Amino acid sequence: MSERPIRVLIAKPGLDGHDRGAKVVARALRDAGMEVIYAGLRQTPEMVVAAAVQEDVDVIGLSIHSGAHNYILGRVVELLKEQAVEDIVLVVGGIIPDRDVERLRGLGIDAIFPPGTTTTEIIDFIRERTGNLAA
Amino acid sequence: MAEERVLAKPTAGEPEPVEASENGKTRWQKETYEPARRQRAERDTPFITASGRPVRELYTQEDLAERNLAYDADIGYPGEPPYTRGVHPTGYRGKLWTMRQFAGFGTATDSNKRYKKLLASGQTGLSVAFHHPTLVGRDSDDPISRGEVGKQGVAVDSLADMETLFDAIPQDQVTTSMTINHPAVVLLAMYVAAAENKGIDRRRLAGTIQNDVLKEFIAQKTFVFPPRPTMRIMGDIIEWCTAELPRWNWVSVSGYHIREAGSTAVQELAFTLRDGMEYIQVGLERGLDVDTFAPRLSFFFNAHNDLFEEVAKYRAARKLWARYMRDRYGAKSPRSCWMRFHTQTAGCTLLDRQPRNNVMRVTVQALAAVMGGTQSLHTNALDETIALPTEENAIIALRTQQVIAYESGVANTVDPLGGSYYVEALTADLEREAEEIFAKIDELGGMVEAIDNGYPQREIQEAAFQYQKEIESRERIIVGQNEFVEETGAPVDYLYIDDSVEEQQLDLLDELRRRRDTDAVERAVEGVRRAAAGDDNLMPVVLQAVHAYATVGEICGAMREVFGEYQEQPIF
Repeated sequence: MSERPIRVLIAKPGLDGHDRGAKVVARALRDAGMEVIYAGLRQTPEMVVAAAVQEDVDVIGLSIHSGAHNYILGRVVELLKEQAVEDIVLVVGGIIPDRDVERLRGLGIDAIFPPGTTTTEIIDFIRERTGNLAA
Repeated sequence: MAEERVLAKPTAGEPEPVEASENGKTRWQKETYEPARRQRAERDTPFITASGRPVRELYTQEDLAERNLAYDADIGYPGEPPYTRGVHPTGYRGKLWTMRQFAGFGTATDSNKRYKKLLASGQTGLSVAFHHPTLVGRDSDDPISRGEVGKQGVAVDSLADMETLFDAIPQDQVTTSMTINHPAVVLLAMYVAAAENKGIDRRRLAGTIQNDVLKEFIAQKTFVFPPRPTMRIMGDIIEWCTAELPRWNWVSVSGYHIREAGSTAVQELAFTLRDGMEYIQVGLERGLDVDTFAPRLSFFFNAHNDLFEEVAKYRAARKLWARYMRDRYGAKSPRSCWMRFHTQTAGCTLLDRQPRNNVMRVTVQALAAVMGGTQSLHTNALDETIALPTEENAIIALRTQQVIAYESGVANTVDPLGGSYYVEALTADLEREAEEIFAKIDELGGMVEAIDNGYPQREIQEAAFQYQKEIESRERIIVGQNEFVEETGAPVDYLYIDDSVEEQQLDLLDELRRRRDTDAVERAVEGVRRAAAGDDNLMPVVLQAVHAYATVGEICGAMREVFGEYQEQPIF
């Protein structure tokens, strides 16, 4: 009995163009057997959520280095609620200052991966959180 | 004969095969080195550079002979072809590198204060970091700018902001570099207009605009327009700057971002020089004599962790650029052949864990830049990974350069590592491998075509992935990340830009829009649109628009209407 692969949307919301990490993670997730939809740069919160719904993903991974995380993540969470897809696992990487982490976690973000997180840690987290340890 | 990237793990007791001829090194390996290795195996780690290049246990004269290196032809003297050792005969004995710290955050008032502080602390040139909206040609009140205002750099929407930014800073006495690419026409015009409003003759202005449009598609990604229109803009800038700003560098062809995106040293070297060649081509296609504009092309490289590889990279760059300018582009003037560069220490190597360690990393990297002969240098602050620098950390970064300049002795002689067997071998290898990449790009039809093809993007992506694998497998040890991880010391305070900056800037912008002559702005912006759609040089019309206090977003918006907006096809 095979599980369907975990579907992950990777996106960079806002104007930030530092996509090295997002691409490395996207590739690692794909190598680990997940289906990765790489939306790329300059995604608005609206575009992210629309893509997530359209692609029927299990996980949204956002990468933000620009300092715009408070506005962007607040808006993404709001839109996920509006679309009634709060069960999508939402993980974030990039540069999120410590003083914002607690509040953002409180909004319902499942994980905030700091710099230095390994791809293995991310893969394990996603598998465990989606309850899909076979994928 | 590119060396394969091999994890050399000889087991103690098994000698390596020796070459047929018994040169000195071979003898040493057989008689002394191998027995020592049999006694005690070398450490279990791949001896590779930051780029993954295998490093031999020893370099001697034989390594130079193997590469057919001759002193005069390949190494030479500073200030003369091949320029390997430097473009200026007196090196830092004549003039120290410019200490040019990249800075900008919040509003123009905030950054003006920081610039004055840095200048008072001994910084010798200015470098402007604009916030993301400006970088991509948008105003602070554009919906897409929400949350981004003043966070990654200073908010500049109009000439009014530029005037505030340079308030009480003598633009005719200080050189200024501005990191701005696709919107460079606008910000250059604003800098010139601000100076002219103070009564300064534009011909006295000295500085640089980054304006390296091609690397935006493969690395920095603050693109606005598609590739071909950006090359048209480049042509306009080359023509105008050559005619109007004799002391201005119209481009800072950048490898920094390519390296930050994960490339190897050779890729950084090759893609950067190749981008530079494309811009020379643009100028030639405009009918300009190469020696009239090539001297004002400058470069910008990364200073990564592996000191020797970096020094070799800069030396190879000087050698390659001089040769290609002379042989491929027919340059007659020595100035056209001088590879002059700014360097920034590698942000991507810094950690947010145990951040004080970053001071040591930056020191090693800055040493590499200086021993490689950089003309100008930015050293990152220890909090670079997490935030824009606090004033205290920005000063420490500046002091790093000052300690190197005045206390380390490296500035006493030109090209101090010249003649090192290792460095000369590395220089030659990087030169040869860069040319292999040039050939590939030539085959593809040039850099624009290579970008369309995705070639540099794939190469960079592959190298970035490889580097991450090396860290996760512990082939590559990063102090504080995968080894020596216990946190010590008090937490570091970071600069936090809160959203009140956005409110302030929006108020300023609102007020500007109300007080300016709307008709004049509309006419001027229409002028930009017409010039973009036609053949007229953009700079004069952009200057007019800027003087009327048209905004970055309005002017770039007009250009976007004509040129279109770049849509990236993601490659991963």
